[in-house]
This record gives sequence, C-alpha cells and structure tokens, in this order.
Amino acid sequence: MTDRSPTEEQNVDLARRRLLAGAAAAVAVAPGVMLVATGASARPKGVAADANKRWGMLIDTRTELSDWDTAIDACKTEQGWGGGNNPATDPQWIRKVAIRNKSTGAQATFPVMCQHCENPPCVDVCPTGASMQRVDGIVLVDKHICIGCRYCMMACPYSARSFVHEPVHNQRPHMPRGMGTVESCTMCVHRVDKGQQPACVEALQAKGSNAIMFGDLNDPKSEISRAVSAHVTRRIREDLGVQPSVHYQGI
Amino acid sequence: MRLVTRIFSIALVGFTLAMAHSAPASAAEDGSKVPMPSPSKAFKGEQCVEPVETMRRDHMLYLKHQRDDTLRDGIRGEKYGLNECIDCHATKSPDVAGGELRTIEPFCGECHAYAAVKIDCFECHTGAADDKPKQSSSLPIDHGELSDKAMLMSMMENYLDKGATK
Repeated sequence: MTDRSPTEEQNVDLARRRLLAGAAAAVAVAPGVMLVATGASARPKGVAADANKRWGMLIDTRTELSDWDTAIDACKTEQGWGGGNNPATDPQWIRKVAIRNKSTGAQATFPVMCQHCENPPCVDVCPTGASMQRVDGIVLVDKHICIGCRYCMMACPYSARSFVHEPVHNQRPHMPRGMGTVESCTMCVHRVDKGQQPACVEALQAKGSNAIMFGDLNDPKSEISRAVSAHVTRRIREDLGVQPSVHYQGI
Repeated sequence: MRLVTRIFSIALVGFTLAMAHSAPASAAEDGSKVPMPSPSKAFKGEQCVEPVETMRRDHMLYLKHQRDDTLRDGIRGEKYGLNECIDCHATKSPDVAGGELRTIEPFCGECHAYAAVKIDCFECHTGAADDKPKQSSSLPIDHGELSDKAMLMSMMENYLDKGATK
C-alpha cells in the first residue's frame, strides 16, 4: 500500500457529501464545547453520546498470530454470532486478512472489521437511514428500520458488513440480531457506554497482549492518541478519504 | 343554558364511561369462543413503570420512542427498556424452550394473540431473561411440542405474514 493524499476529485466528493448531510449536522456538533480529558468513562443515565469523542482503535499487526483468534472468539461470545454451517454466507464481524509483499516476501496478518469511518459510505447509500453514525463516531445499523437491501455492503470498501441469511435464536440481551438485516462490528457500543473496553480489547488484555488499543482519538491525552502521534500508523485504503477510526501499526 | 350544557356533558361522560366499562365484558359474554386475555402477574416487582392501564394502551409508544433514543443517540438507562420488561414479566412456560428459560413471549402473546397483532420485537431481541449465561447463540429453540395457544399464535403469524407479502 502506498500513502496518497486525497485527490481533488475526492475532496469535491466529500464536500458534496457534507453539503448533502445538511446544516443539521453542523448544528448538532457545534454546541458541545466541554472537552473531557478522560478516555472511556460511564455516561450517566439519560445522557446522549458525546460529540466531542471519537472512538478508535490501534491494531498492532506485529503481535502473535493467535491473538487474532482470541479477539475473534471474544467477539463471537460477546455478540453472539458465529457457529453457523454456511461459511459462504454466515455473518462475520471480524475476519483475519493476510497480506504479502511480493517483492520482499514480508507477510502480515491482521483483523479487519468495521473501520467506523468518519465519512462512512454505508451511511451515504442507505435508503432508509438505518445505516447511521453516532455523534461519537461509532457506525451502527438501526435494525428497526433496516430493510435488508444490502446496499451498504456494496458500498463498504472493507467488506465489513454481513447480511443475516438465517433465523437467529438465543441472541444476547444487549445485541439484538435478526434474519433479513445487516450487521457489523458495533465497537461494543453497549460496553463503551458503560465505560468499558470492547470485548476483543479486554480479552487480549486478559491474555497479556496489547495488540488492540481502544480509546478516544479526539482526546490528546488518551493512550491511543499518544500512540498514534508517536508512531507511524496507517489506515487501510487511506486514499479513499473515508477517514477510518481504526489505525494499524506494522503494515 | 349553562346548567343544561353542564348536565348534558356530565351525562355524556357518564355514558362514555359506562360504555367503556361494559365493552370488554360484552365481548366475552356474547358467545365468542376466544377467551379474554389474562396476562400473568409480573415475575418480580409490584409496580410497573407506568400505571397498568397506561401501559396496556401505550407500551409500544414508550418502547418505540426509547429505542431510537438509545440506539441513535446513545441514551442509556431510561425506564422504558425492553430488557426491563423482560426482567420483570418473563415467566417459565412449557410453550417456549421446554419451560427451562424465563421468557416474555407468553406474557406478550396473551394479548397479542387476542388482538391478532404480530410482535416483531422478538424477531431480533431475545425474549429470555438474562438469568444465566448462555453458551451458544446458534442452537435453535426447540419448537418440537407446541401447545394449542402456541399453535394458534404461529398460525396467526403465518397468516399475517402472508397478508403482508401480498
């Protein structure tokens, strides 16, 4: 991968999207002036997500390969996906991607999930408004109004979303899932709102690994912000200009 | 003139109240074979988040309003959450999961079967109370033995489904 600055065309494209998003977004972001220095903390009851936060992840690809299985298993257990019999169509919230540099032979394996883009194409194309971005940057599917058209899956450059083809039973109380809707990584929004870390991050930490770091990219004092400013990181397909929240180190 | 209006309005209110009171009773007594719903008492707690009459009429509005606040705005811990409904109203029933799990479907199904209003909530949400950790999410609930009521509900769901797809 090479780092390319967004071309003029892409800038025009983004400007159009922002214009279409309308003045409402600008009004919603402007009033919040308070900047909280802490990273993940539980919000009190009845308080909406904080527009000054931008949750993100830093994934260190130079870790042990088994770490990614730990992360994926933790995700399955937490969110209740996996265990189907149709690998071609079963939902997959995180997957391992292996890359190899043909000229040098260098290889890397890392997890790819929803990258929680700042300019999410899935939200742009959704005909019902089900594909949405919370003010703190987490991209979600509102399954109450998802009609299962799968346009977002076509638009996502990371193939991060899955369509649920089969009936689902025994869902987790915090994670409703149902046939005919699209789903993807929620960055464990139910845990983040309680001031906890996503399940994959916690499982890795319990194992003694810091392969995935989670935190507020807008807070200059947060661990992730300091790491991102101290080391060279990259985001997959940065050239698209979608501004993902997931940073990778070592690729 | 004013007195006449007042007497008339009092009479009107009285008549309306009498009608409202007698309407369910007459529905049960006029020979219809569908019995009036009798949802079970809450598994725990004595007082719902709103008066019972309000909840019977407006529970869906509360749920619908709060689901958008929670999912889209991230507002947590408000009082009309579906999980809170389940926590109190889920009961063990032989109709669901062989009576091993505490689920809310029988409670909701009581009136929804009577009114023939299909509930979509549990297409995605679990109706089971979070009493013990669940191991696997992919094992289907055992629908092997359906009772009469469950059979009626599934037939009705099928009917409503087909109606909706036309």
